[in-house]
Amino acid sequence: MFAYIIRRLIGAVVMLLLVSLVTFGIFFWLPKLAGQTTDQIAASYVGKAPTAEAIQDTKERLGLDKPVVVQYGNYLKALAVGKDYKAGPVTDHCPAPCMGYSFRSSQPVLETLLDRAPATLSLAIGAAIVWLGVGISTGVVSALRRGSVWDRASMIIALAGVSLPIYFTGLVSLALFSYTFKIFPGGGSYTSVTDNPLRWFEALVLPWVTLAFLYAAMYARLTRAGMLETMNEDYIRTARAKGLPERTVVTKHALRASLTPIMTIFGLDLGLLLGGAVLTENTFGIPGLGRLAIDSIRSGDLPMVLGVTLLTATSIIVINLIVDLLYAVVDPRVRLG
Amino acid sequence: MTGTAPAAETAGTGDAPASFLEVRDLKIHFPTDDGLVKSVDGLSFQLERGRTLGIVGESGSGKSVTSLGILGLHNKRNADVSGEIWLDGKELVGASQAEVRRLRGRNMSMIFQDPLSSMHPFYTVGHQIIEAYRVHNDVSKAVARKHAIDMLGRVGIPKPDKRVDDYPHLFSGGMRQRAMIAMALSCDPELLIADEPTTALDVTVQAQILDLIRDLQQEFNSAVIMITHDLGVVAELADDILVMYAGRAAEYAAVDDAFHRPLHPYTWGLLGSMPRLDRERSERLLPIEGSPPSLINVPSGCAFHPRCPYSELNGDRSTTERPELIELEPGHKAACHLPLEKRREIWNDEIRAKL
Repeated sequence: MFAYIIRRLIGAVVMLLLVSLVTFGIFFWLPKLAGQTTDQIAASYVGKAPTAEAIQDTKERLGLDKPVVVQYGNYLKALAVGKDYKAGPVTDHCPAPCMGYSFRSSQPVLETLLDRAPATLSLAIGAAIVWLGVGISTGVVSALRRGSVWDRASMIIALAGVSLPIYFTGLVSLALFSYTFKIFPGGGSYTSVTDNPLRWFEALVLPWVTLAFLYAAMYARLTRAGMLETMNEDYIRTARAKGLPERTVVTKHALRASLTPIMTIFGLDLGLLLGGAVLTENTFGIPGLGRLAIDSIRSGDLPMVLGVTLLTATSIIVINLIVDLLYAVVDPRVRLG
Repeated sequence: MTGTAPAAETAGTGDAPASFLEVRDLKIHFPTDDGLVKSVDGLSFQLERGRTLGIVGESGSGKSVTSLGILGLHNKRNADVSGEIWLDGKELVGASQAEVRRLRGRNMSMIFQDPLSSMHPFYTVGHQIIEAYRVHNDVSKAVARKHAIDMLGRVGIPKPDKRVDDYPHLFSGGMRQRAMIAMALSCDPELLIADEPTTALDVTVQAQILDLIRDLQQEFNSAVIMITHDLGVVAELADDILVMYAGRAAEYAAVDDAFHRPLHPYTWGLLGSMPRLDRERSERLLPIEGSPPSLINVPSGCAFHPRCPYSELNGDRSTTERPELIELEPGHKAACHLPLEKRREIWNDEIRAKL
């Protein structure tokens, strides 16, 4: 068990190195391959009317004049041990894990990420609770009443949920519940939970429901298929033959066995969302990691893009490790190693 | 061993019978898109405590469907169950699902064919026995656990106090079936149905499991229904035998009569399909021609007529008239149009010599 976790953690570090290498390559080699000189790249960070000095200064400050390998090495070194930046007369110390400073806002990347993370975390966790509850219970009831009106209706709604994009369902729900009926606040009203928990909750209800609708639809279909298969297993017949009440048969015997594949997919989904729910955050104006990623990509803010990418990759890898460990707890036949 | 004369005309009288278990005109039909599947179509038999009934037939003859029907395990939404099943004075077909559920596991329980797939892979063997015991007995977990260990010991599992915490996949096939039997017997049921309990096991283990079932039956004085396609198992354990074909009884007799004076060509065929070591290799197996009939389009008249070598002897009665199960000798019934004398003649002259 312990050796397994160590091995997985080493694997995770290797994976993160690869992710950073690929991202770094995309943002440094691609402009060069496209024929941009380092001067042009540096100029894009300076402002509207770049002077030659400013460009030279920027090149030196950001290290753009050094070979790509050296730049990447410096980036990794800063991540591991931190880095000192000379900014005129003062020297800024950026402690490990140092992801550098934004090319645009000159803010430390890590600080910005940590600043944006709570919004994304609130959105993802809240939506996950909603979609797990709604999706799994809908799927179970549909499976138990296969072919009923309930089953057909919920599967049609689920199909719609999977097919409709967030920016459609999100805008429709905003138009209805916020602008027409004025039940919930409109877009851009996100408040930190530490500032005002009630406002935080109100502002997030629509994003939660919108995001959860998409996922609940998928999980309902998955649960239904899993339950239909499990209910035909021999051990379900045994559970009934023992005289267990149907409720126990369904929840304790059938649902538990059906949930293991769903757990795997949930790990992937949640990990990905923790790196930012791009469409939902944009539709509802939530200042989370997804919006940060989009804005940074648009402005070519390399350190920020790398930061968001690494954070997303880390969250996926960590959550997958947790899921794999949980698997061994849930299914005694699984042996780690 | 002369068997309990399976007597009593079993028309649906609606009165509580004298016997412990009595099945009257049981029909279990499944409406499907392809048509009505008549898995069981008018079956009657009875069984006393302490005795064993062997139900024999090919796959699809309705053996397992019958046993699941007795336990009330068919989904009312996709199965039409009619007729009467009387267990200890209670009628089960018309009873509510909750009533039948309370009887399941406590008064009647079942051992399934494949013990690996029949036990939940995520729960320990002990947990599953404890669960079965506690549904019907209001006892603490500690008491139920002691009972589970006790049951595991009684079915011959070594170190039951350790094995109780193991998962089913850590058991061998034979041990798993023993654990399954321990679970089925945990509430001391009066009726035990064993659905091919040894089919998935090694031959060496089969005999042990059969011995175990027989010993436990004597100890608990339960009625046992042994469902199998293995006539050897029936000869070993059963008092009476019910031969099923296409959802109906072809022959119903004490075991002795069925093996030594069978009165149905299908039973002759089954006996011929048993390998015999004391014969020449070429004559060891005499399989029945053809395959079991579709249960949607059951052959007209006698369902066995397309495979019966003697069907022409009845003119066209075999194809037009369904033979009823008639008592021909005391306690010996068969459903066949052939004249009794002719059947005895064929058995004595043609069949017995070849077996």
